[in-house]
Amino acid sequence: MYWEPENESMSREDLEQLQLERLESTLNRVYMNVPFYRRKFDELKIDIDNLRSLDDLRRLPFTSKEDLRNNYPYGLFAVPLREVVRIHASSGTTGMATVVGYTRNDLKIWSNLVARVLTAGGITKDDVVQIAFGYGLFTGGFGLHYGAERLGASVIPISSGNTARQIQIMQDFKTTALICTPSYAVLIADTIIEMGIDVNSLSLKHGLFGAEPWSDAMREEIQRKLKITATDNYGLSEVMGPGVAGECLERKGLHINEDHFLVEVINPETLEPVSPGETGELVITTLTKEAFPVIRFRTRDLTRLITEPCPCGRKFRKMVRVMGRTDDMLIVRGVNVFPSQIESVLFDVEGTEPHYQIIVDRKGALDAITVKVEVSESIFFDEMKKQNELIGLIKKRLQSDLGIGVDVKLVEKKSIERSEGKAKRVIDLRKI
Amino acid sequence: MLKIKNLESGYGRLTVLRKVTMHVSPGEIVTIIGANGAGKTTLLKTITGLIRARSGEILFADADIRTSPTEKIAFLGCALVPEGRQVFAPMTVKENLILGAYPRLRRGDSGVSARDLDHVYGLFPRLKERERQLAGTLSGGEQQMLAIARALMARPKLIMMDEPSMGLAPLIVKDIFSIVSRLRQDGNTVLLVEQNAKAALGIADRGYVIETGRIILQGDAEDLLSNRDVQRAYLGRDLDAETKI
Repeated sequence: MYWEPENESMSREDLEQLQLERLESTLNRVYMNVPFYRRKFDELKIDIDNLRSLDDLRRLPFTSKEDLRNNYPYGLFAVPLREVVRIHASSGTTGMATVVGYTRNDLKIWSNLVARVLTAGGITKDDVVQIAFGYGLFTGGFGLHYGAERLGASVIPISSGNTARQIQIMQDFKTTALICTPSYAVLIADTIIEMGIDVNSLSLKHGLFGAEPWSDAMREEIQRKLKITATDNYGLSEVMGPGVAGECLERKGLHINEDHFLVEVINPETLEPVSPGETGELVITTLTKEAFPVIRFRTRDLTRLITEPCPCGRKFRKMVRVMGRTDDMLIVRGVNVFPSQIESVLFDVEGTEPHYQIIVDRKGALDAITVKVEVSESIFFDEMKKQNELIGLIKKRLQSDLGIGVDVKLVEKKSIERSEGKAKRVIDLRKI
Repeated sequence: MLKIKNLESGYGRLTVLRKVTMHVSPGEIVTIIGANGAGKTTLLKTITGLIRARSGEILFADADIRTSPTEKIAFLGCALVPEGRQVFAPMTVKENLILGAYPRLRRGDSGVSARDLDHVYGLFPRLKERERQLAGTLSGGEQQMLAIARALMARPKLIMMDEPSMGLAPLIVKDIFSIVSRLRQDGNTVLLVEQNAKAALGIADRGYVIETGRIILQGDAEDLLSNRDVQRAYLGRDLDAETKI
């Protein structure tokens, strides 16, 4: 089943013509409307009229998350704000957030692309879709919501959290499709088992999971415990949100919506393209976005392209599940966390030493962060009350900066292992 | 059907088309909209070989026609309904139509049959009524119908129309556009160049917006109609006034 069969099974030749048309008009618009791009192209003496093929894209500079932050909040919008009908921000924090906007047409295309991904994952208009992604600035909830509505499915916008209620609704509303992070799916599955509910009594058939890294072992676990098909989907708010790529029921890689996104895979060190099929960093150029086009956005996500044709018949190339990051960003419960954010909080708080360690683990199905920080001897041997106050203060600051709760442990000076050279600040114990 | 890549073209030292990449697929109505002087007519003249492209590619039905002479392009099945009609004024309506079938003779076709004439007369009953009248004596709307009918006589693979609404009364414009719509239903492929963006996007499947010789927007006609830049620049909506309440 395809949502837009003509587009999804387009020949390579037709696709490349369309990509070139869309790339050229996107470049004309960013050059006219976004001072950031105009300045950058002018500085590098790039005349966009001289870019004449898809390969010529390589002559353009990259856009980084840093560029997006430097232009906070609206600096990279290509249309006046009055034409923007929706604003989202990437998961993250105040000051670190990146803001993206959508015109009415952007929302329409977004919904369509999500509908494609949902259809590829087995969902039809007859499904009852429970969306357990957070609704809010995060693109996950709303992105999938509008896509599922576009498809004509019955949408339950339950948002994330309150697992017992999720299960209650799942039973009462006869949910047939679950959409959330893979780790939350595991938690729901385990809770169903704990509650002694027979999975066979549920109506669940399909699950679409994304927004955090997961593995085939986890897929197997979800499929077995919930008796559903579990497919992966990929997106990032800087580029659009969910709907950039998604797996079909073959479950062997994610079809990229190549008529709307031009992808490259580069070596993150040399910045040169990798050989076809090799692993590298995914770089995305939007081809149809009106409000927030991005040119060669470095996603920092590691993947590789699969060029072999897919038995499902879709002609769009596939990428393998994202295998990791090229930077130190952690994705914890769907939220992007940079160790540097934690560090700057610790540096701000009086009494802590500049030695800390971030431990990420998966407790049950949910990720948890513990920050171990060295404190001065006076505090460490001081009364409990003062220690607790300090822990409380750090926790509060981290909660407000990161947007998620974090455990804090004070440790004695010099108890954190010192390493020569680069300190090992982050210990990721998650087995996914 | 038609595939254009990075087309650059102009007159003498003047560059009009800076870089145009576009395509038309079989069975579609595609429209090019843009202001006066944006390069719309130059694009059609370059496709038909009336002006030589300086660089870029033009593929028509998989044949490279960038350097082909105009008559060869016409014989391949690419018909132009020119700006300002350009009917043969001293000839009758019927003679104009028969001349329109000339490219088919060159393709080795047996020639014009009564069926061809009946077909276009079916589309334009008015032309049947005026069959023996001199084309120069027709009204503007009738001349436009004749120009379209003449192009159809060649049974073209692609019909390109340059500003068919120009200089016509609104009611006649409506007629002309409903005929263009009908051509698509009959399986024709149309490339429509228009200043009347609203009417053109109303019947087209897809569209391209051209500005100073470059395509700045492209997409489904419906999406272009709801694009605020298009509304402001080409549909005459004064959005600034609308937002100030």
